[in-house]
Amino acid sequence: MDPLSWTGQIAFLTPLLTLVFGLLGLSVLSWIVLNAVLPENRAINSAGGSLSLSSGPRDIASLAVKLCFLAATLLIFSYLVLGLILGTQAGIIGAMARQFLPVWIALVLLFTLSIAFKRRLGLYGKLFDSPIGMIGFALVMFWVFTGVFGAFDMIVTHDDPLAQISGLKNKVPGTPLRSPGEGDFQWYLLGGDNLARDVFSRTVKGAWEVVKIAPLATLFAFMVGITLGLPAGYFGGRLDTLLSFLANLILAFPVILLFYLLVTPEIVQTGLPQYMAIVLFSFPLIFFAVLINSRFRTQPSKNYLWLAIVLLPLLMLYLLVVNDPGSKVDFLTKTIDIIDIPGGILVVFVSVVFVNSPTVFRIVRGLAMDIKTRDYVAAAQTRGERPWYIMLWEVLPNARGPLIVDFCLRIGYTTILLGTLGFFGLGLPPESPDWGSTINEGRKLLMIYLHPALPPAIALLSMVLGLNLLADGLREESLKD
Amino acid sequence: MGLFILSRSGVMLLTALCLTFIVFTLTNLAPNLEKLAKTQGNFRMSDEAVASWLDNNGYAQPTVVKYGQWLGVLPGWTRSTDEGMTGRCMTGVVSASEAANAARFCGILQGDWGHSTVLQKDVASVVSERLGNTMRLMGWVLLLMIPSALIIGVLAGMREGSVTDRSLSTVSILTTATPEYVSGVVFIAIFTSSTVGLKWFKGSATAATDNPTFENFFLPVLTIALYGLGYIARMTRASMTEVMTAQYIRTARLKGVSFPKIVLKHALRNALIAPFTVIMLQLPWLLNGVVIVETLFNYKGFGWILVQAAGNNDIELLLAISVVSVFVVLVTQLISDIGYVYLNPRIRIS
Repeated sequence: MDPLSWTGQIAFLTPLLTLVFGLLGLSVLSWIVLNAVLPENRAINSAGGSLSLSSGPRDIASLAVKLCFLAATLLIFSYLVLGLILGTQAGIIGAMARQFLPVWIALVLLFTLSIAFKRRLGLYGKLFDSPIGMIGFALVMFWVFTGVFGAFDMIVTHDDPLAQISGLKNKVPGTPLRSPGEGDFQWYLLGGDNLARDVFSRTVKGAWEVVKIAPLATLFAFMVGITLGLPAGYFGGRLDTLLSFLANLILAFPVILLFYLLVTPEIVQTGLPQYMAIVLFSFPLIFFAVLINSRFRTQPSKNYLWLAIVLLPLLMLYLLVVNDPGSKVDFLTKTIDIIDIPGGILVVFVSVVFVNSPTVFRIVRGLAMDIKTRDYVAAAQTRGERPWYIMLWEVLPNARGPLIVDFCLRIGYTTILLGTLGFFGLGLPPESPDWGSTINEGRKLLMIYLHPALPPAIALLSMVLGLNLLADGLREESLKD
Repeated sequence: MGLFILSRSGVMLLTALCLTFIVFTLTNLAPNLEKLAKTQGNFRMSDEAVASWLDNNGYAQPTVVKYGQWLGVLPGWTRSTDEGMTGRCMTGVVSASEAANAARFCGILQGDWGHSTVLQKDVASVVSERLGNTMRLMGWVLLLMIPSALIIGVLAGMREGSVTDRSLSTVSILTTATPEYVSGVVFIAIFTSSTVGLKWFKGSATAATDNPTFENFFLPVLTIALYGLGYIARMTRASMTEVMTAQYIRTARLKGVSFPKIVLKHALRNALIAPFTVIMLQLPWLLNGVVIVETLFNYKGFGWILVQAAGNNDIELLLAISVVSVFVVLVTQLISDIGYVYLNPRIRIS
């Protein structure tokens, strides 16, 4: 087998792309310069009495930018489509485009459905009115789908992210396998790392590590932050002083020092992360119990029904997750304990939740302090509603806008934190394909071999960028109404 | 104002005590001490040998007592053996008369920071030397980051929704989405690697501790500065747009004051109050970046010893590091609070 080049048969597009990108850069530059130098367009009163803006060099420049951008998008799109059709004949790009086929299908389906029904989908639908939000959402969903499909071995070229194939150590992208077995993929699309593992497959597998930890950890941090922040902001007083002091205490810790203190094997031996898990994971239980109880307090039969429906599965899950055979917290027998979280992940999860929750606490506290002065809260108080009802059913729904935006930003931040943990080799096992660990391994030979470190770095960058853009789009759209 | 500073300092002291106590407890947990005994003694020690080593070196006392001794409010432990006296405040085994002359208290309050087991040096000298290196790094970072962030923020916030605003906002979003270990790796790949060919900078800043040059020092500085830049720029932009919609700016425009003059004379001062707080609160976050970048570029500063100390459970070095970093965090918080009160005329006068 011959080594793959980057573009293969579609190489004729490359000079075109370079040209278009050059033009795009030039036009953006001239657009910015013209906008800064020339005065604003004057308003013209036309004969009919309608007001319009005079056109000038500024408009030509902005048109040029739009055209160049459109051309660049079209070109990139044609790379993908041609790559999909030609497969490995279109080089590495074509092969990758074809590997990602399930992701493209899922993305196209998601976007057509969402845009078709966007008027009925509330805030989520409004996201599709903002181009920034759409780009962000596309980036995020690309990695989410990649992670999920990758977990089912759909996108990866070599199923086992730990498999080492001899002769492919540090080989450049597109290197063919020496003696591929029957049905094996013939190349290492993005080359091999310093242990002769496939960089492409590991990057795809790494997406799953992020997708399965980051959103859930952020959700837990929000549960903790909301359950503690609402009463702190609503009641104020001593409770607020105490909780704020504790939150500031955690925030004053340098994050990396905290990680080093929590995640080292010696500390894990003492069972400290598990005790923290017991405390932190109980917050969702408390949250839902209070949420339901405060609503249906006056209708006991309905109350007990709902409490049972929600709390029993959660409690089961809680016990199963917290319990870990062979460690300090081991109270269930082996037959019952069906969920076993692999070593390291629980520790990483707990420390990320622990680091994030004080910030969420501060945000929720601030929002609660602001909202409790509103008239509808006063009305609820006059009606004689209990404090927890007001907090969870009056204050919290009205704080959702900023909280949703912060949730997106915080997933991005959690992704960065997970990468930091991997970068310092903390928590996750050393051979784990997560992006941080892969970057850490790749950086050691970075001066000579670029390809092992760059794909995970770019993946992490694009995912966090997508989350930030998504948050920006959501903020813009939620401010409109 | 005096009372405010006093109460804030009180809370600060309490926070510092709590934090150092937490670090102390975590570093002094049984498995950590066992590892320490084995690295200091030998790796094949039996459990009894470990216990006796810990006992002989004063680690077997209750954590609170040990913390008090480390702090310098409780007298250091002493133990008489067959050869003489040993103790916290004595080096090695000394005779009884020397032991009587030794100081009773030796904690950080007396200026005794202890001994680093990894670097085999006095903690105080290690920390002060490395802190100097990091200060130099941080100084350049701030020098690069703050002016550029403020300029970007002010330019973007000057005309909300304009072309400049949108392009600069995109740049700042991009930088906040790039953690140091990603931008550092990308920079090393582009600017230093021998395969791509742009050999403009050096990929390692080891030499920069003695001889910082543009070639070996610029990339680490840029990497840290970029991550913080976007956030400060966005905050400055938000504050600038808010000020630009204020009544007095409209009045100035209606009076016919030129736009540059409005921005420089009327808007800028009020727009810079909020970023000041943000910058001060951002400083502790830079500490994170410093740890990553110093590891990535192998620059032997404060972050580098943090990784060394934490990775090898060097208790006393780790404690000194946490004291310093907690101090930095709390002092910047204090300064930002005081500065906010001082800069904002509405609060200052009332």
